[in-house]
Amino acid sequence: MKYLFTLLLLICLEINFLAAQAALEKQIQTRLILAEDGDVIDLPAGTIELSNTLSLDAKRDIVIRGAGQDKTILTFKNQTQGAEGIKITNAQNIVLEHFTIEDSKGDLIKTQSVKGLVFRDITARWTGKPKASNGAYALYPVQCQTVRIERCTAIGASDAGIYVGQSDSVWVTECVAKNNVAGIEIENTTNAWVWKNQAFDNTGGILVFDLPDLLKKRGGHVKVYDNLIGRNNYKNFAPKGNIVGQVPPGTGVMILATNDVEIYQNKIWENKTVSTAIMSYFITENPIKDKEYNPYPSNIYIHDNIYSEGKRMPTWKSKMGFIFWWKFGKNVPHILYDGIQNPDWVDSNGQLKAAYRICVRQNENGTFANLRADKLGLFKGKISKNIGPYDCAL
Amino acid sequence: MTAHYKIFGLLGIVCLLMGAAHPVQQENNVLNSVTEVPTRQMEAGLKQNLSEYAFFIGPLANLLAASNVFPYEVNAPLFSDYAEKARFIYLPAGTKMQYHADASFDYPEGAVIIKNFFYWNNAAQPELGRRIIETRLLLKDAKGWKALEYVWNTDQTDAILEVAGGATPVSWHMANGKQQRIDYTIPNLNQCKGCHSYDGKFTPIGTTTKQLNLDLPGGENQLLLFQKRGILDLPEGFDPVQAAHLADYRKPGNTDAAARAYLDSNCAHCHNPNGPASTSGMFLNVEENNPEHLGIGKPPVAAGRGSGKRKFGIVPGKPAESILLFRMEDNDPGIRMPEIGRQLMHEEGVALIKNWIREMK
Repeated sequence: MKYLFTLLLLICLEINFLAAQAALEKQIQTRLILAEDGDVIDLPAGTIELSNTLSLDAKRDIVIRGAGQDKTILTFKNQTQGAEGIKITNAQNIVLEHFTIEDSKGDLIKTQSVKGLVFRDITARWTGKPKASNGAYALYPVQCQTVRIERCTAIGASDAGIYVGQSDSVWVTECVAKNNVAGIEIENTTNAWVWKNQAFDNTGGILVFDLPDLLKKRGGHVKVYDNLIGRNNYKNFAPKGNIVGQVPPGTGVMILATNDVEIYQNKIWENKTVSTAIMSYFITENPIKDKEYNPYPSNIYIHDNIYSEGKRMPTWKSKMGFIFWWKFGKNVPHILYDGIQNPDWVDSNGQLKAAYRICVRQNENGTFANLRADKLGLFKGKISKNIGPYDCAL
Repeated sequence: MTAHYKIFGLLGIVCLLMGAAHPVQQENNVLNSVTEVPTRQMEAGLKQNLSEYAFFIGPLANLLAASNVFPYEVNAPLFSDYAEKARFIYLPAGTKMQYHADASFDYPEGAVIIKNFFYWNNAAQPELGRRIIETRLLLKDAKGWKALEYVWNTDQTDAILEVAGGATPVSWHMANGKQQRIDYTIPNLNQCKGCHSYDGKFTPIGTTTKQLNLDLPGGENQLLLFQKRGILDLPEGFDPVQAAHLADYRKPGNTDAAARAYLDSNCAHCHNPNGPASTSGMFLNVEENNPEHLGIGKPPVAAGRGSGKRKFGIVPGKPAESILLFRMEDNDPGIRMPEIGRQLMHEEGVALIKNWIREMK
């Protein structure tokens, strides 16, 4: 009898809990829909289970505020509807702060077409062992303008923890990204500053990419400085088909097919395959059909970084890693340039013209090699370790 | 026996107490302004019941159009978990829609587009009746369009305003005899705009020339009929054969035309250069002719596990290697396309797109 009572009590507790959660979800969503410009929307302390994306659209001057990262926890582990955890669209001056968000089916927080956006003191993570079935991005502003991401933590994304796409005027600072495929990724984005962050135990620490076929064709004017980028040796668990699936485990910083990027004063250590790679889009071996797309990196300046001492062992679990091992064994130089150049950008001596230079200078332990690869593949080139043509400042 | 009663009685009281106490406590936390919500709705002058609009005469569930309410059909409907739709346009007396050859028609202030979602109890025998689940309204006011959502009561006597959406269990027999059962999802108002968005602004989707240019049963062209009724001015010399029209993908015909019509109505509301999925670079509107933007040989941008380990949007001749098909076939919320409005795979749609890719060279 006693047991029956206890059992029924537990069932009753559970039913009450679920009903309360559903009611709470509805209240929060209603509040977001009916919010008036200037509202502060407080999320209560406690673990809140959500079944559907929380969405905010076409509002101005809204703050969505939790009670603290360790107090307000939004969990989407039983999500049945919508792909994102939180989705914010067509808005202006939005602040998201002081909460933890977990385990959505797709991206955790996606913001699109928002002008003036702050992510502050947010933990965005997939719990458990990092896996391909985790969503793509933890924090995902796309087509946004004036974005500040500060003191946020991103864990477990099967693509990028902090991913800024097709945006302009972006600050990413004092964030931690770990156990993601890419820790922090700046893609087809202009005027981004990434400083004082920690990217460790990802497959790749910080990536700056321009990809083809997008509306915002060209990123660039990106500064990456004063970051700690270490031990990014996590296995690549991206679902196949995604471009980051090609990033070899053990990548510190990778610059792909973009322009005007300055990487300086970072501490980049114990990334076993390559500490800093400067690559063209050709290394992806994907076809390029976008006629307006520029697949070559240009105006890249790598200086005053501190690289770790000692030998490292490139991964064999990626084609790129294997090639590096094949060419260099355990002595992979810290800074690798694929050397694939736009024929229109070189002078009569075969050097890049002033407007398109790649400069590498004053890096502690910063060994360098130009793979002098070919559009047809990384295997073809004859390596040059001569830093001479690249010893310049921008 | 008495002991049982006591225990259950006590338990019942405990349950009630907790049930009552729990949400209240949460409400106080989350919404110091919970009482404001209804007030704000009232302030906005929103009607709480569908019946208040008087769009229909007689019993509401018969959906018999009142004057100034005009039924319409579309060439290529959006798949919504096999729900049937009854569509109407309300125009204030004496007003007209304004024709556009290649965009949504313009509407006068006060116009309302009305879409009722229902299931036949048995799709093979409509005479056995239907259950109307929801009615979605798009209202045009001075500021532009806005969406409202009304959910039908179980008696089918009226539908009540719902802001935050929800889910309701529905079961029915499909035309092929199969019993279906789903938790039908009613979108919240933001989700409406998830699709009804052009350059970030609220916009109707279905009332375009390409969707409305069709011959009604009986042979009359729908747009010419609208003109005859005085609710649309067509340009001089308008020729329905020359004007844009999507194929009715439900009827046998040219696979390419049917597939492009299907993708246009089921994907292109987001996947167009001005829509919410412009971020992806994949544009599936029927006007798009760049193979790369259609997904042919195009690697994914931000698909994540939505790529299904496949490399390209479309691989001609190889549906099993095309991401497009993978996302149409999967029902996981993080993978499926469209993202909202579909829980079940659309078997006929998948078969069509599969054929289209297979035949593609």
